[in-house]
Amino acid sequence: MKKPKMTKAQKSEAIWGLAFVAPTITGLLILNFYPIVNTVWQSFFKTGDFGKGNTFIGLTNYVNVCTSSEFWGSLLNTVKYAVIEVPFSIAIALVLAVFLNRKMRFRSGYRTIFFLPMVAAPAAVAMVWKWLYNQRYGLLNQIFHTDIAWISTPSVAWISVGVVGVWSIIGYNMVLFLGGLQEIPHDYYEAAQIDGASGIRQFFTITIPLLSPTIYFILQTRIIAALQVFDLIYMMIDKTNVALKSVQSVVYVFYQYVFTYDNKGYGSTMVVLLLIFILFLTAALQKFEKKFVFYN
Amino acid sequence: MHNTHTKDTVVRAVIHVILILMSVIMLVPFIWMALTAFKTVSESTSIDPFVIFPSSWEFDNFLTVWKDYNFLILYKNTLLMIFFRVLCAVLTATMAGYAFGRLKFPCKNLLFTLILMQMMVPSQIFLLPQYLMVSKMHLLNTQFALVFPGIVTAFGTFLLKTSFQGLPKDLEEAASIDGANTGQRFLLVMAPLTRSGMVSLGIFTAVIAFKELMWPMIACSNVATTSLSAALAKLQGQFATNYPQLMAAALLACIPMIVLYLIFQKQFVEGIATSGGKL
Repeated sequence: MKKPKMTKAQKSEAIWGLAFVAPTITGLLILNFYPIVNTVWQSFFKTGDFGKGNTFIGLTNYVNVCTSSEFWGSLLNTVKYAVIEVPFSIAIALVLAVFLNRKMRFRSGYRTIFFLPMVAAPAAVAMVWKWLYNQRYGLLNQIFHTDIAWISTPSVAWISVGVVGVWSIIGYNMVLFLGGLQEIPHDYYEAAQIDGASGIRQFFTITIPLLSPTIYFILQTRIIAALQVFDLIYMMIDKTNVALKSVQSVVYVFYQYVFTYDNKGYGSTMVVLLLIFILFLTAALQKFEKKFVFYN
Repeated sequence: MHNTHTKDTVVRAVIHVILILMSVIMLVPFIWMALTAFKTVSESTSIDPFVIFPSSWEFDNFLTVWKDYNFLILYKNTLLMIFFRVLCAVLTATMAGYAFGRLKFPCKNLLFTLILMQMMVPSQIFLLPQYLMVSKMHLLNTQFALVFPGIVTAFGTFLLKTSFQGLPKDLEEAASIDGANTGQRFLLVMAPLTRSGMVSLGIFTAVIAFKELMWPMIACSNVATTSLSAALAKLQGQFATNYPQLMAAALLACIPMIVLYLIFQKQFVEGIATSGGKL
């Protein structure tokens, strides 16, 4: 086991390398890795009053969380939100990207408009949508001559919140799709045109398969992001709203336990379970990737 | 021939109609925000007749929320938070990105695994311990607290590593033959060539910081020390049903970023798009 001796140049490079990564690694250890351990640690404790006298209770928090209908309800709500946000934002963005992927008038104008929600604060976005959804004075009910309580009817509210999620993210997905579309060689479409394939046929036989890496990438990142939804729900659904129970997400309930009820152990348990759920999902999605994604 | 030409025109027209319709859907919330902000409360809650345009363009709502919530301080807090986060993120990530992309050093793979791991974990898991740390330092409700979670960036390191890897090797070799050491090569040759990566990371960091809600809400719960986003959450609790004032505040909070976006569109779109879904 003789260690190969480093030359002077290699030694100097090693020192520079370690020095350059030192700030980032130190920061990550303090800001991220210690917190992961600490959160997991706290999930084994019952939080005492005033944050003092925490007592070790083993897996009790896990048992309590896993047997509480509130947690499973919030997980279901989160999945429901994702089921609205992810497929619709991807489908609409893909169609828009295909439309914009050619020389046309106002191309950059459209892109600017679709991307606009990305630079608006979600807090502000949620406020204006709450106002649009207002039952008595809101624009939506006025335009459609309806009288729907968009965000306080339990069976409707989760869809209304999901719609805002879709609206917020379409432009972002579209820009990623435009990037992917530009990598598809133009000859493919020309060949298809000579063969007389219609635009819709070209979309399904050329665009979708060749774009599948981009689609997969967006799908994965959107699912993971959607499972962490908080801002829209926190801002749009008041605590007194009767629909809260059917809209509140896992992160929302976590936030309430940790920062409102000061039950840190219980809240930490929820977020650890969310982490496990997301890691499993990521692994499952990677299996799915190997099967369905077409790489050149 | 004539037939396909007409068909083409029809298809084009249909596409434009769909795109225009979509643009309207994207813009209406912003337009409605602005129109409501100029209305009086009674105009905003009039349904018979329904009022679309305010009868006179008054700035009262803006003045009220500006004074009550001291927007000048909110702008200052948010601007400083963005400034320091961008500075820290770009500085640390450029250095680390260069090392991971270009240099050989011990434990490199292990350390890079840490970067990748951090990117896979949902950020809420960091939240409570980060809050407790700032609380122990007695620095809640300070500018430092706003910046704290963004001092280093795993994602930024990953992004810059990719930028450095994309640069040609000969440049660095030429510099090292000229006798430049690693630090000089980084500073004088390599770092300037990854400017576009740094700009992307900077814009991405700024937008994320601007949009963040939960952290400023808990770490800076006092409205005089918090960011624009978190202040909006407080304000909604207070002005509950005064929608013209709420919309005025929302507009005040959003306008600076929207103006910057309209000026630096290309950089914004690229910067946010390279973020790889971390938004």
